[in-house]
Amino acid sequence: MKNILIIGAASAIAEETAKIWSSEGCNFFLVGRNLERLESISGDLVVRGANKVICSCLDLSDLDLHANLLDEVYTALPYLDVALIAHGVLPDQNECEGSVGKTLDDIKINALSYISFLTLLATRFEAAGKGTIAVMSSVAGDRGRKTNYVYGSSKAMISTFCSGLMQRFSESDVNILTIKPGLVSTPMTAGFDKGPIWSDPSAVAKKIALGVAKGNSVVYAPAFWFFIMLVIKSVPNKIFQRLNF
Amino acid sequence: MSKKIAGWGNFPICNPESHQSPATKTVCQSLMAARPCLARGLGRSYGDAANFENIIDTKRLDHFISFDEDFGILSCQAGVSLNAILSIVMPLGWFLPVTPGTSFVTIGGAIASDVHGKNHHLNGSFSDHVISMDVVLGSGEILTLSADEYTDLFLATCGGMGLTGIIFSVVLKLIPINSNKIQQQVIRTPDLEQTLAQFSKYSDSTYSVAWIDCLASGAALGRSLVILGEHCAGESLAPGNNSSLIVPKCFPSFVLNKYCIKAFNSIYHRKSLRTHTESIVNYRKFFYPLDNLQHWNRMYGSNGFVQYQFVLPKDGGFEGMKEILVKIADSGEGSFLAVLKEFGVNNGNYLSFPIEGFSLALDFKLNQKVIKLIKELDEIVLRFNGRVYLAKDSLMTESTFKSAYPQWEDFMQVREKYGAIGKFSSDLAKRVGLV
Repeated sequence: MKNILIIGAASAIAEETAKIWSSEGCNFFLVGRNLERLESISGDLVVRGANKVICSCLDLSDLDLHANLLDEVYTALPYLDVALIAHGVLPDQNECEGSVGKTLDDIKINALSYISFLTLLATRFEAAGKGTIAVMSSVAGDRGRKTNYVYGSSKAMISTFCSGLMQRFSESDVNILTIKPGLVSTPMTAGFDKGPIWSDPSAVAKKIALGVAKGNSVVYAPAFWFFIMLVIKSVPNKIFQRLNF
Repeated sequence: MSKKIAGWGNFPICNPESHQSPATKTVCQSLMAARPCLARGLGRSYGDAANFENIIDTKRLDHFISFDEDFGILSCQAGVSLNAILSIVMPLGWFLPVTPGTSFVTIGGAIASDVHGKNHHLNGSFSDHVISMDVVLGSGEILTLSADEYTDLFLATCGGMGLTGIIFSVVLKLIPINSNKIQQQVIRTPDLEQTLAQFSKYSDSTYSVAWIDCLASGAALGRSLVILGEHCAGESLAPGNNSSLIVPKCFPSFVLNKYCIKAFNSIYHRKSLRTHTESIVNYRKFFYPLDNLQHWNRMYGSNGFVQYQFVLPKDGGFEGMKEILVKIADSGEGSFLAVLKEFGVNNGNYLSFPIEGFSLALDFKLNQKVIKLIKELDEIVLRFNGRVYLAKDSLMTESTFKSAYPQWEDFMQVREKYGAIGKFSSDLAKRVGLV
């Protein structure tokens, strides 16, 4: 029976992924901000087949609490097969441009808290010699754009950090999976007008579950984003400057 | 600015000021303090029942709470769809006690419209199988309602079109099954009298419904295929797959013209040479034939359509049905989907639609002629002491509604008693005078 840790378990994509895993009868340790929401998700996962679900509520931006949280996790579950890190906020780009404090706060929750968890988890997984750390990055991290570079630079940091970890663990059975979703209809993006290239969280969740099962290193979700980003990354700066997206 | 919304008929369209999707009970309660609002599920009612200026969308209240697989008792939040329920309970040998013609409705919506299925004559409506439900009142307080606790509010909320509170969670009693297959019988009938006679003859059959050719006239008026079903005894319990085809947004609605429909109806009625056939079909094909055709409502084009469903009491029902069918056949405004069903007794909920008698449901592509036709049909229905289904209606007037649903005053008294007036409303409520 698999043991799975999900940090940011109330995120729509994380929840959909947990639903897929629950049908395999896993044990879950869910971490999030709102205990009421976590307990609601917990009940749902049990009906869907999960064996045991433990919930813990935490302010993830308080980095000093991370080590204790992992002690709690490993007390409840002796080992982890999968750790999925999926929390985050979508910063208000305009507000960030006028505020150092706001920018750094958003980078703290979207990037530094990930680095903190990744560092701690890498040590634990290295000792175990197996398992998958799946990490929510984003296509936004592939190239900075004026409309969301505060968010994008946090995701770029995660992608680069994970790339390094992946190489570090190349000789072991520990897998690092970097997930790069495109535009996804979630509560985080509720204010956007949605077009045909938007996906549902459940479609991204399927890619994550598959990526974990197959031991992939990087997955774009849906896959066509790989090609979109290939084009965007290859646009020369001279032209990129003039683009408006 | 919120996005435009509409019911499944794409008419009328509504432009809400706010559209919120609470994810917890606490947030749901906190929203009650503000402006009057209306819970909305998957938007599968046809008219304006789920339209309002302030929408509380239940899409994030989609969690299961518990499932007792020994006794078939399911507890879940109001935004869980019937489709999601089946995917969980069917492999364990349970099925919905009552199901409408699509699985893409939420359980909250199924109670608010008190939906019925092909087994109404034996098993009643959806709410007859609800053990209890938690409802958020206008004050933010939450009450657990059942047939024995807060009975008046329970009767008002079942079929109450969301006007008594926000249904937060539901405890439902399921029925046991041994197979995902249905033993189906199809009986071809030449006219209305024969069709209605089949319902009496097969009144013990668990599921019964008739597909009626409402463009046939003269001696063939009311010719039908009567379809009966029973759950099979053994075999697989797999819930099966959803959705294969999607109707594109730009589907040309002129394809559905009266000549095509007439031809289709004639061929469909004669698709089998024998008058009585038996087969075993998958449950999805039997209960949800259109669920595999996503966005089928787009076939009626951007002007939308009206689904007109009424019920006439048994006493005088045959004459009334005949008069209405003649009217529809004369108008030439028929549809693919005309469904005739015999209902059992009414369950006493103040606004539940089913009363003992015969019900007919049909689609009309929307135009001025159809609006006039429906007004005329409303008059005939009223004259035969019948009523029109609120979950499908978009045109009924206040006076027609109040004559057809005499318990509306009791309903309003219960709303008053539990502080729902001024807290919950809808475009339908305003139209029919439930304010």
